[in-house]
Amino acid sequence: MTSLWSRLEPLLPRVRKPARYIGCEDGAIVPQHGHGKVAWLLAYPDVYEVGLPNQGLQILYEILNERPDAVAERTYAPWVDLEALMRERGIPLFSVDSHRAADEFDILAFNLSSELVFTNLLNMVDLAGVPVRAELRSPTDPIVMIGGHAAFNPEPMADFIDVAVLGEGEEVIGEITEVVREWKASGRTEGSRLAVLKALAQIPGVYVPSLYGVEYDGDRIREIKPLYAGVPERVMKRTVSDLGDWDYPRNPLAPLTEVVHDRLAVEVFRGCTRGCRFCQAGMITRPVRERPAEQVRSMIVDGLKRTGYNEVSLTSLSTADFSGIESVITSIVPDPTACGAPTVSLPSLRVDAFTVGLAAKVAGGRRSGLTFAPEAGTWRLRTVINKLITEEDLYGAVESAFASGWSRAKLYFLTGLPTETDIDTQGIIDLAAGCVAVGKRHTGRANVTVSIGGFVPKSHTPFQWFGQNSVPELRRKIGLVRDAATKTKGVNVKWHDPSASLAEGLASRGDRRIGAVIERVWRDGGVFQEWSEYFKLDRWLDAMAAEGLSPDYYITRHRDENEILPWHHLSAGLHQDFLWQDWRASLNEFGLEDCRWTPCYDCGVCTGDGLEHIVASPIPPAGGSQGTGQDLSRGGITPVTLRSKSSVGAP
Amino acid sequence: MKIRVSYSKLGKIRFTGHRDVAHMWERTMRKAGIAVAMSVGFTPRPKMSFGLALPTGAESLIELIDITLDPNSGMTVDDLDSIADQLSASLPVGMSVTGIRECAGTEVSLQEGVVATTWVMLVAEPDDGPDIESAIERVNNSAEVLLMRERKGEKHLDNIRPGILELRSADAELMSSLPADWIGESVGHAVVAVLTTSGRGIRPTELVEVLVPESDPPINPWDHLNRVLRINQWIERDGERVDVLTGRPAHTSVSA
Repeated sequence: MTSLWSRLEPLLPRVRKPARYIGCEDGAIVPQHGHGKVAWLLAYPDVYEVGLPNQGLQILYEILNERPDAVAERTYAPWVDLEALMRERGIPLFSVDSHRAADEFDILAFNLSSELVFTNLLNMVDLAGVPVRAELRSPTDPIVMIGGHAAFNPEPMADFIDVAVLGEGEEVIGEITEVVREWKASGRTEGSRLAVLKALAQIPGVYVPSLYGVEYDGDRIREIKPLYAGVPERVMKRTVSDLGDWDYPRNPLAPLTEVVHDRLAVEVFRGCTRGCRFCQAGMITRPVRERPAEQVRSMIVDGLKRTGYNEVSLTSLSTADFSGIESVITSIVPDPTACGAPTVSLPSLRVDAFTVGLAAKVAGGRRSGLTFAPEAGTWRLRTVINKLITEEDLYGAVESAFASGWSRAKLYFLTGLPTETDIDTQGIIDLAAGCVAVGKRHTGRANVTVSIGGFVPKSHTPFQWFGQNSVPELRRKIGLVRDAATKTKGVNVKWHDPSASLAEGLASRGDRRIGAVIERVWRDGGVFQEWSEYFKLDRWLDAMAAEGLSPDYYITRHRDENEILPWHHLSAGLHQDFLWQDWRASLNEFGLEDCRWTPCYDCGVCTGDGLEHIVASPIPPAGGSQGTGQDLSRGGITPVTLRSKSSVGAP
Repeated sequence: MKIRVSYSKLGKIRFTGHRDVAHMWERTMRKAGIAVAMSVGFTPRPKMSFGLALPTGAESLIELIDITLDPNSGMTVDDLDSIADQLSASLPVGMSVTGIRECAGTEVSLQEGVVATTWVMLVAEPDDGPDIESAIERVNNSAEVLLMRERKGEKHLDNIRPGILELRSADAELMSSLPADWIGESVGHAVVAVLTTSGRGIRPTELVEVLVPESDPPINPWDHLNRVLRINQWIERDGERVDVLTGRPAHTSVSA
């Protein structure tokens, strides 16, 4: 093994934030490479500060290093300043643990949490000295693998990756290790790459794009089918049945330099069945699997002791739904006024008074601001997206927040949702103004920040058939909200320019033909696309034009029931019928209650995989939980239609 | 009890910044299970005050921190050795405690008290122009050494000569007293400098700028400064420089 450290060292004083590249974190392992061991390089295709806290990567890092036949190191995308120096001096991508060159590893495994990092993956593979196109790789090149939420539609990356892993990695990485170990033992001879890929494709959850052919009928996909006998027609995601069996990370990484989410994170459950129709994470991570409360407590205590952190974040898609939440919080926050007691942060707050009570309990003296996500401005639109929060829920939550001493609330909204009219968009400000009015009864300083994001439809959700709003239409809607806010006291609006939503939409629901666009954007210098200073819309439009591909076809067009979607052969466990019916129910403004506490809708995940929701409490949590106990009969009377294309984009 | 602790920062960890080190110390105290007194107020902070910032990329044998221990912890001077051991065990790789003593409440703070620091610098010999040895001689023989420095966005031509308190090539004895693996594979002319920290102090990178020939565009001092190590921090007592931790005068030893 050769360490690149001595070549890297002289460059570090010349770049920004050199601590990104040194490793040395608390919890980092000393990698033990050895003959016959499968060496994984776990890569996060964004800067260190964003990638280091990623829990998925930390979990796999630890599980792999516990195996006698594997060793794992980490790497992150070098910032543009170091990348330029590395290319100038011929220094390849390196691991931060032992500063070993990336091409000395057997597997380069990327964690993809968003589609905008796709070009960074190409850049890192290229920096590793590995051919960017999978077809050009030889048996001496590492296997390029992706996983994570953005791997659920891997088709736009099909040209560049060898393998995509669908779903949770805890178990499947062991099975992959065993196949690759055999390949190594056989000497990785000429021509053996196809054989190892075929062997990997036999592992449930492992998808090898090059073993499938896609046939087109004009623009449309006619068929996606295996090219070889024995390759499964459909690849199903992997799911860990009991989170209690996987109490990782046991040795959480505590970085030496500031990162986003600079605190201990303990995952309290996985999956979510609230059924928000826009939410890919909620759809693809089903069913709900809670961690036993006792294990949560011990992971908090051990993690704080090991890292020295005094703050813990209880993570999940909706932490107030964790049935052990009150007992956990009560036991770790014995006295919020005591010095040195850990603070608890609860991301993804539910909109109800119960949640505010929890937040008040953990906030101690801090009352910086509370965030809620009603997502849409009117009840009608919230039934469409199945975010079943009534105005009473929201005002009740805000009332108790201001009554408990908060003076600032932040509300998250999406715009560009299916069936959205300007009445819904205006409703955003009406809701915010209502919250300010509630707040003014408690404090004259009451103010509300509205944060708006442009909606990008994702694969494996009921909205996968919906034509995304165009960039001008999203801009127009954001403008409506901004204009209304200027006339409303106490309401501020924050928004992102929606131009990146075009690239995100393209990559989210694209097919294999989009690969050429991604490669063009990367070759044109388009890296770090989720960083607004590096995003240029024209780069994407020019690349589309050069490839003769239509933005409308890929982004703004509604799909119909019979269309074969690019991820047709990949399954997150959800029945296609269920998704389609949920899409129709959405257009009929028909809400679905959370299935944890109601009869099963047969979405397919539990029955198909022999799984069950693991929820400790047989009754729904207190407070206005996702429709439970609410009158949902208001919808479904007047079926609405999607707005026609001609009205979209009109000023 | 308030304690003054000196610690080293060597190797890869030198690329972390001053704020990073502050956060590391907060985590280290909690990991070590040593209770720190907290400030009173809306957001209580641990009572820890740090010495002069070490530039990112520089190493040190003697960084300093004053820590007020929680009065309820019952710690006394008898516990100092075990505190040092606990801290060293909890600090990140590359940092360890090199000295510890009780610090009287009346002592001047590290930020105000330290007047000068001693550096060992490994400076690459320039490709052309005078070598480092003759550059040292030139500085020592000049009453005025001018350097363009930026203050609040404006350029000022400063005479930095008064701030260069000592400047010489490092002798073999000094070099052999330094940690064995300090230099690693780095090469260069070893320079010892005592630089003022009062007023607008002088940074090692600024000294490098006057030791290597001028060029256009201006040099990046880090292209010439292969390694830099802080080996002493001085306070002034009765007109004499004494070691901030031990109180030993300057002439007895240069390395801590």
